[in-house]
Amino acid sequence: MTSARDEVLTRIRTALGDGRATPADVARDYRQADDRSPGDPALLDLLVDRLEDYKASVLRCGPGDVAATVARALDDGLGTGWAAAGVLAAPGVPVEWRPDGAAADDGRPPGQLADVAASVTGVAVAIAETGTLVLDGTPLSGRRALSLLPDCLVCVVEAAQVVGTVPEALRRLDPVRPLTMISGPSATSDIELERVEGVHGPRTLLVVVVTT
Amino acid sequence: MTGTVPGPAPTFLGLPTAPRGVGHLRGDEPFPDAARTALRDGQLRANLGHATSTIRAKRATVVGEVPDWEQLRAAGKALKAATMARLDEHLLELETRVTERGGTVHWARDAREANEIVTRLVQATGTHEVVKVKSMATQEIGLNEALEAAGVDVFETDLAELIVQLGQDKPSHILVPAIHKNRAEIREIFLRTMPSVDADLTDEPRRLAMAARAHLRERFLRARVAISGANFAVAETGTLAVVESEGNGRMCLTLPQTLVTVMGIEKVVPTWRDLEVFLQLLPRSSTGERMNPYTTTWAGVTPGDGPQEFHLVLLDNGRTAVLADEVGREALHCIRCSACLNVCPVYERAGGHAYGSVYPGPIGAVLSPQLTGVEDNASLPYASSLCGACYDVCPVAIDIPSILVHLRAEHVEAQQRPTPEGVAFRALAKVMADPRRWRLAQRAARAGRLLARGRPTLPAMPPPLSGWTRSRDLPTPPAETFTQAWVREHGS
Amino acid sequence: MRVALFATCLVDTMVPQVAHATARLLQRLGHEVVVPPGQACCGQMHVNTGYRREAVPIVANHVRAFAGAEAVVAPSGSCVASIHHQQAAVARRFGEQALADEAAALAGRTYELSQFLVDVLGVTDVGAYYPHRVTYHPTCHSLRLLRVGDRPLRLLREVRGLTLVELPGAEQCCGFGGTFAVKNADTSTAMLTDKMTNVLSTHAEVCTAGDASCLMHIGGGLSRLRAGTRTVHLAEILASTEEAVSPSQTTRPAVPA
Repeated sequence: MTSARDEVLTRIRTALGDGRATPADVARDYRQADDRSPGDPALLDLLVDRLEDYKASVLRCGPGDVAATVARALDDGLGTGWAAAGVLAAPGVPVEWRPDGAAADDGRPPGQLADVAASVTGVAVAIAETGTLVLDGTPLSGRRALSLLPDCLVCVVEAAQVVGTVPEALRRLDPVRPLTMISGPSATSDIELERVEGVHGPRTLLVVVVTT
Repeated sequence: MTGTVPGPAPTFLGLPTAPRGVGHLRGDEPFPDAARTALRDGQLRANLGHATSTIRAKRATVVGEVPDWEQLRAAGKALKAATMARLDEHLLELETRVTERGGTVHWARDAREANEIVTRLVQATGTHEVVKVKSMATQEIGLNEALEAAGVDVFETDLAELIVQLGQDKPSHILVPAIHKNRAEIREIFLRTMPSVDADLTDEPRRLAMAARAHLRERFLRARVAISGANFAVAETGTLAVVESEGNGRMCLTLPQTLVTVMGIEKVVPTWRDLEVFLQLLPRSSTGERMNPYTTTWAGVTPGDGPQEFHLVLLDNGRTAVLADEVGREALHCIRCSACLNVCPVYERAGGHAYGSVYPGPIGAVLSPQLTGVEDNASLPYASSLCGACYDVCPVAIDIPSILVHLRAEHVEAQQRPTPEGVAFRALAKVMADPRRWRLAQRAARAGRLLARGRPTLPAMPPPLSGWTRSRDLPTPPAETFTQAWVREHGS
Repeated sequence: MRVALFATCLVDTMVPQVAHATARLLQRLGHEVVVPPGQACCGQMHVNTGYRREAVPIVANHVRAFAGAEAVVAPSGSCVASIHHQQAAVARRFGEQALADEAAALAGRTYELSQFLVDVLGVTDVGAYYPHRVTYHPTCHSLRLLRVGDRPLRLLREVRGLTLVELPGAEQCCGFGGTFAVKNADTSTAMLTDKMTNVLSTHAEVCTAGDASCLMHIGGGLSRLRAGTRTVHLAEILASTEEAVSPSQTTRPAVPA
């Protein structure tokens, strides 16, 4: 008896026939990159505009102010008086980005992350045109559950990580890593096709853009 | 219609189409009859009109922002055509890469086989419940019914799928399966079916979304098995991609120990770089967003992050029969954005249920009849005025009107016995191919003037013209045709 | 220029005044009009209903009838679109390669009226006079297959006495779709109702378009409702002048109310 695998492959070959067409070269005459180089101030402005359009909150700061700005973002997301014990950072997030008392992810079972109030991660790349942050599962971005279960997510983006277009971003990413592309807080358009922010993923997305 | 009669699957050029008696590709009644009922539902008409006009405007705005949209569209079309021409090779490469990365690849000839594979995989884990990401392929094969028959509880986690599942309803749209329900109807379903829902629930969309969050939260955290579809699978890297909005997809793709992904074989793309095209085309065309809130990609298994057991089920279920049709195979290029549904004047009025298949609207009218064999969905290719709006918005430029016309011909040519329509059209063709006969026929048409008895319009006509005269007048033919008059005035 | 007029089967048989108007307009602009007597149909109805094999001899007749024509003009976006997009393909499918080549060559010389006026003759002011409030419905095949764009509107804006009012939801199909109107009569009627609602909302006296078929559909619905608004083909509006403003000739509806 032939296996399903063999049979499906045989069907495909039958369907395409002997004289199957050689595929024409694909013209990639769409934009490969933005005119502006990564980190260009205009790209940062565009990213901020797109993020805010999709209801993320954005704060900007210099390299020496990250921890304080993350803390301010958490004031915004959790309300002042939040407990540092409820904040968990991706293991590769530099200590100088972390608010005092916020611990690094210790690899606890994913279910326990649901009790964490907020998480802090870096990103692999950000796309200005679409307002997208990409997390890639490296220590800086953290594992996927960390940016998913806590209801408030703070992402720290460095200016040089901000590219203009989708093709530029994909070129910077490793396709075998588990990637999460985030464009605003979780949302749905399932009720009368009106966009509502906040369903299963973090309902609050706070972005800290670090400029030099 | 023979839609629910189990029997051997019809074949196309010797290739089996999707089997009868399993899955959701065939309706219970022909489109015109189903549409007639739907058209009387004023609430449905209002809900659809509101939703489709909202999404049309959003799409137009974000597509208008992209200066190279037409180039992306052409690239998307070319990529899909190139992929289909080497589909076997790409699938084999995908299998190799996924396996290298710790995943297991299964092949399924049809819906029944895919359901058996998934059921077996779920049972092997010892669990009795699964969480699901919205997936057209698993709806197509009727996976939920198969799992439930095997004693497995299935929880749909996409908000619209949840609304459909709780309301014991059927999906009516590719992207927004509950598009036919408005907020008040959704509130009523939630109040009736969610055990711990707040009795003060209002119909504010935000409150409804929060109710769904609360309802599913615990299930996500305890689920051991998730089932998903896939928007794309990259052959060269073994990367799967799921595009979503709510985070329910991320929950399913991240938290359970075991992930089973069911994917139509046409979803493969050759290279990682190809996603740079589709990730631009898809969100703007579907939800009218520059980018959807969440896209997750993964390749096999990543230690310490996400499911540690991954199965990929590659599904045929009639797709190779579609591939065998040189005109119709373009329907396999579809990336399930549903832009064609949102602009279709027929879909907007009749709604998705009238199509009888999980694939409604213009793309459904070309895809469903090909997956099942055209005779099992013979009314669908005619469910279009051929206005062409679908072709214009399709992000991969599928020429849906031309495929509809092609399938009409396939249906006509499949008839073994003469039909009244066939007899009439063949006679008319003979007449129209011969100027002398044509002039005689035109003169005969003037006999219609007798019916009019001097009035400018004709009386109600018998079938099939009654379809016209029930709602529109038909002018009385003139005493003289243009060409006759011209000859009279100018000589021949 | 010597222009061969393709009346189209529908206009020839049911609304001859549209072809008369087309001929009158072209003659007024200084061109010679001929009406090849062998003409019948482009074959679109057969192709679109699934009878593509049967359409081949119809295409052959059309190609024969217009052989040698320098330019062919038809007052129909839909028929011209079929000539451009379907005739050669259908012939090729059934192995009629020579016919396909001739059909393709003929298609290259075949124009929808507004395209011919604006692109070939280079005119937008055709010297017409039409003292009515008019709204324009861009028929689907003119809009999406032929891409006539704003040519009809540019022609209408130059017509003296004419008040042009924008049609809401103009790009939505009227629901005609050939045999669709009969096979899916209920859905077609629902589409027609919305189109008529939009037409009536403009308070126009006349709804015009470049296709007699769609106008027969919209006009048939308006007539049934005794709406009073009538449908008049673009050619009839462009053909009417101060000298020849006989209401029976220039404002006669495609479907008389």
